[in-house]
Amino acid sequence: METAIFLVCAAIVLGGASGVVVSRNPVHSALSLVATLFGIAVLFLNLGAQLLAAVQVIVYTGAIVVLILFVLMLLGVDTEEDISIQPLPGQGVVAGIVAALIGAGVLSVILIGGEKVVTGAQSSLEALAPEFGDIRQIGQQLFTNYVFALEVTAALLTIAVVGAVVLSRRVAGEQPMPEPEPLDDDGDGDLYTQSAVSSGSPSAEDAG
Amino acid sequence: MRNLDLAYLALGAVLFSIGAFGVLYRRNSLVMIMCIELMLNAVNLTFVSFGSMLDDTAGQVIVFFVLVVAAAEVVVGLGLVVSVTRRKPTASADDITVLRG
Repeated sequence: METAIFLVCAAIVLGGASGVVVSRNPVHSALSLVATLFGIAVLFLNLGAQLLAAVQVIVYTGAIVVLILFVLMLLGVDTEEDISIQPLPGQGVVAGIVAALIGAGVLSVILIGGEKVVTGAQSSLEALAPEFGDIRQIGQQLFTNYVFALEVTAALLTIAVVGAVVLSRRVAGEQPMPEPEPLDDDGDGDLYTQSAVSSGSPSAEDAG
Repeated sequence: MRNLDLAYLALGAVLFSIGAFGVLYRRNSLVMIMCIELMLNAVNLTFVSFGSMLDDTAGQVIVFFVLVVAAAEVVVGLGLVVSVTRRKPTASADDITVLRG
């Protein structure tokens, strides 16, 4: 049963992740991201992390994806993008090679290492309790062994809120971003002009 | 130690590389943020499965901190996107060349 749940959720997770990457419309990407995050929440349940599964659904799909969708709709940038046009030549090939190397490296460690991949002693803390006992355990850990990290994350959240307010504040007398000057002194000048020709011109028409 | 535990780790690895490919390949800043979320979730899945293998709560506690950092990162990232888009109505990261990046 656990294997069946894992297989179904792995298919959902990988399908959703592929959807995020290949969707031409950013809204479709965001909806695929919801599928992926739900699949991971079910996998958390499968692993016995009931509290994290609930937090995953509430925080990620309930807050973060809604925030992303809200910004998408607010900015009106939910137009389809032709991802077959590559302003940087070879970007797709290089991206594929780098990602394949990352994946192959980690996968080979896991598959070759087998059981030895899990290093480290069993924790001296108490073992995970079955059936929702982990909520009490995680709370105890958070407020005893990890209390300094908890305080730091509180400070981080405050800083993030202040940063978001400062960033999105409307400054008086704001000038639109100037058009980039042609770069002829740099060695990579043709790289920028090429990107300006293929991707910059439609947005420049929109701006005008 | 079951074989399924290794399958969780392998799924996390594949998900991470899909997210890395998306960050490198896509040009829409919002889609890039979503792909960063994919990578963070892959690491979360790995943490929870390691915690389950070692029968330890630390794996789940760390995922909490990753969640908080992810939320803060999305808030600041979306603030940056909004602030750039107000000056230049595009979501493509390639069009923001005024920083000479």
